[in-house]
Amino acid sequence: MNLFYTHTDHFVLVPAIILALFGCAILLFDFLIFPERPQKKGLVVFVLLGVVFAGVGLYRQHSFLSQQEQAELTAFGGSLTIDGLALFFNWIFLAATAIVALVSYRYLEVEDEHHGEYYALLMFANCGMFFLATGTDLITLFIGLELMALCFYIMVGFLRRDRRSNEAAIKYLLLGAFSSGVLVYGFSIFYGLAGSTKLKDVAAAVASRQPWDPLVFLALVTTVVGLLFKVSAVPFHMWAPDAYEGAPTTVTAYLAVGSKAASFAFLLRIFLGPLATVRTIWEPLLAAVAVASMTVGNIAAISQSNVKRLLAYSSISHAGYILLGLIAGNDTGIKGVLVYVLVYTFMTLGAFLVVVALRRKDLLGEDIEDMAGLVSKSPGYAVLMLIFLLSLAGIPPTAGFIGKYYIFLSLIETRHYVLAVIATLYVAVAIYYYFRIVRSMFLSDTVDHAPLTSSLGLRFALGVTGLLTLGIGIFPEPFIRLARVSLLR
Amino acid sequence: MNEHLLSIVLFTPLAGMIVLLCIPATQKSLIRLWANIIGLAGFLVSLPLLWRFNKADGGFQMVEKISWIPSLGVNYFVGVDGISLLLVMLTTLIGSIAILSSWNAIQDRTKAYYALFLLQQTGMIGVFISLDFFLFYVFWEVVLVPMYFIIGVWGGPRKLYAAIKFFLYTLAGSVLMLLGILTLYFQHFQQFGFYTFEISELMKLNLPLKLEQWVFGVFFIGFAIKVPMFPFHTWLPDAHVEAPTAGSVILASVLLKMGTYGFIRFSLPLLPKASIEPWIVQILVALSIVGIIYGALVSLMQQDWKKLVAYSSVSHLGFCTLGIFALNPNGIAGSVIQQINHGISTGMLFLIVGVVYERRHTREIKEYGGLAHVMPVYSIVFAIAMLSSAGLPLLNGFIGEFTILQGAFEANRMWAAFAVTGIILGAAYLLWLYQRTMLGQITNVKNLSLADLSVRELAVFVPLILWAFWIGIYPKPYFQILEKPVARIVERVRPGYFAQQDRSARTVFEPLPGASAAEVVR
Repeated sequence: MNLFYTHTDHFVLVPAIILALFGCAILLFDFLIFPERPQKKGLVVFVLLGVVFAGVGLYRQHSFLSQQEQAELTAFGGSLTIDGLALFFNWIFLAATAIVALVSYRYLEVEDEHHGEYYALLMFANCGMFFLATGTDLITLFIGLELMALCFYIMVGFLRRDRRSNEAAIKYLLLGAFSSGVLVYGFSIFYGLAGSTKLKDVAAAVASRQPWDPLVFLALVTTVVGLLFKVSAVPFHMWAPDAYEGAPTTVTAYLAVGSKAASFAFLLRIFLGPLATVRTIWEPLLAAVAVASMTVGNIAAISQSNVKRLLAYSSISHAGYILLGLIAGNDTGIKGVLVYVLVYTFMTLGAFLVVVALRRKDLLGEDIEDMAGLVSKSPGYAVLMLIFLLSLAGIPPTAGFIGKYYIFLSLIETRHYVLAVIATLYVAVAIYYYFRIVRSMFLSDTVDHAPLTSSLGLRFALGVTGLLTLGIGIFPEPFIRLARVSLLR
Repeated sequence: MNEHLLSIVLFTPLAGMIVLLCIPATQKSLIRLWANIIGLAGFLVSLPLLWRFNKADGGFQMVEKISWIPSLGVNYFVGVDGISLLLVMLTTLIGSIAILSSWNAIQDRTKAYYALFLLQQTGMIGVFISLDFFLFYVFWEVVLVPMYFIIGVWGGPRKLYAAIKFFLYTLAGSVLMLLGILTLYFQHFQQFGFYTFEISELMKLNLPLKLEQWVFGVFFIGFAIKVPMFPFHTWLPDAHVEAPTAGSVILASVLLKMGTYGFIRFSLPLLPKASIEPWIVQILVALSIVGIIYGALVSLMQQDWKKLVAYSSVSHLGFCTLGIFALNPNGIAGSVIQQINHGISTGMLFLIVGVVYERRHTREIKEYGGLAHVMPVYSIVFAIAMLSSAGLPLLNGFIGEFTILQGAFEANRMWAAFAVTGIILGAAYLLWLYQRTMLGQITNVKNLSLADLSVRELAVFVPLILWAFWIGIYPKPYFQILEKPVARIVERVRPGYFAQQDRSARTVFEPLPGASAAEVVR
């Protein structure tokens, strides 16, 4: 059994290898074949190819699992596990990477910071996410997390000449490094408890102890703090508005979607794995965090004038909603987390894409005011943005409603009535600030008449996200089934 | 055709909207024409519902059921009984009239206006015919967005405030209602082992009283905001006053009925134990009566013509909810008829305000006076609308209010006594309004040259006037349509109600031939 690199290992690792190789290839090709600025957009093709090949690898794993009717496939002696959860999240990551790459080239040209490294970083970040979703070993998970986070630190500061971008990167780096430290401290205690870094062993070690064992408690609290930082839940959310605002908008979208989804995958692995037996300890903790996230996110969003900042706060509140599914913790709740992450990905991406299109050569286009009268200038963008915002608020028949539906239902099933009422009432608060954008787009007069920055990739990406946001809302059946199958496996 | 009739009625406006979106925005007259055709078509396709409807059957008819989201147990499940049939007819008729009335009023962004209007039409019909709670909720929410835009884009000076207030209020109520729906859904799963949103399935539930009261509470918030019942009514004057004429008409005539319909269709049959709970009934009746009197008193004080009509809605809808919570056949049937009546007469009153607003661009009552001299036809139409709203016999309002009061009287005489004051006050503010605007000498020179109703404007009123007279003179078909479904609801809430009634009627009036003395005494 001491084979170093078996067939299974390879089979499991293939998507990550492809992503990493394509990332490296982009770095090489960048200055060997595409040295000129205008040629850089050719690199998008590499990203897409990488995503497609990784997707093929993923698809083979998918069909292998369903053919063998196997729940999971472990590799590297239990360090990596391919199961429904991992596959589900990996599909989301790949989709997010492809969409972000598609919209980035035009945006980076406008920002005059078009460099090949950007695409390589996208691939490496996706590689990190892969390990976050598939890792079942503390060290693997941690390395995946750091790989992803390091790429993001750089990408957030990618606008070298923009002060906001620099500030955002430094802030994100410092706070991120700090939280990683706290997290790894928690991991070290887990290791001390179990004598192994495998999640299975850790779970057994935690289960064998008293529920209120101080060591377990200490490990739990430090781990949870680190995790909550990554999903930007209150009170560890301070970095999010600044990072979101300062980062290039395409990176903001990737950060809001990819990083958040990956962190939730990570969070599910930890909470459903080693921490499952000490639910009584973390449930009230998480409930407080979820309520605080919804409160701070929704209340602070009301007064924002910058759309990116507003969406940052809204993403904080969404983190709260997703945590509620975990708090409910039953089958519906976990399914709800998956469905919510799925719909959140597309609607949030879509909303940021519209902001991307608003960035013009001489105009930041990030203020709510900049959207004034958008409907008469480009009705398509305005209507799509309306759909994304309605979905973010959770109004049927959009995708967001299906996500909220599961969360609310799981809360009711587990008799968390108070949480359910709080969560529903914040929907009304959320609609208020989302509709500040709608009001600006539809009910105000046009201020600037410069056309939006558009590109084939952007239009395609918007079409896909818009279609999915409406489609999941009207015909949710296949997506619900996907989430259910992912859980069963 | 027959089995898909309801779907055709439901999706005609939506299909029309999709075609309308393909017409270039510059072709304004074409857009207008198309929207009117669709509006009329929407009404015409709903007419066969009347012929195919079987009055003797108290259940749901013309049902259609297609699986929609199997893993959640959600079906596309529609059907009508007498109550929803009347409200669907009201919706299609008022919808086509409201579209026609917008011909001149809406010049700006015509395409978006009509598209939203048609979308809303589908949403409203959907609310009244859904037999699946999930479907119902989707339509319920779909209605909000077009209305937000209709108020927000084409509304008056304070449109932004009014639009978001309308949206937030209704949304806050409806998300709480969603929790109630999900509770029933989950309870059904626990008791029967499968998930479903079907109303008829959910009616089989047997819930603990405490839980039923909680669910009743959240439903109450959702529906009472929509109606609106007394403390929740503050969004209504803003929304009605700021909305464009057609928006106010739809808002008053149809949208508010979604709330009362919700009480009749969902609160009573699904939560019978809570609905009959004395303290709950007392609270609801008290709020209704306060609404009746408060709405009327506030109407008396209004300087703004449209605001007066808006507050009169609070008063009239108070009658509707009073009738519902009298919890007897007269009360509920009267309530449904009064909902139709309110749709007709308040719709007309809003259209009447719209006519002069289009000409003078002011709604201050004191700007007008003596209009009967320059606009004779208009003044006659206004008189009919006003009298129908005030409940004059031979017109529709009388039938509804009378039946509701009869129901209230049966339940508790004091309720009827208080509610009657609302009718008196109603006559007062309406007659006074008429006097101040129509009668006397023309005091404002600007009014001297006002044109009377055009043919198109008259065409808007004629169907409503005819309908008002029909209900007022020969309401029998309406009561026949309502009899069975209402009886089912009463029987559901108060099991044994009819048996008891029969017995007491027999003892007093006509002992059955051959019945023994003992049976008569019992």
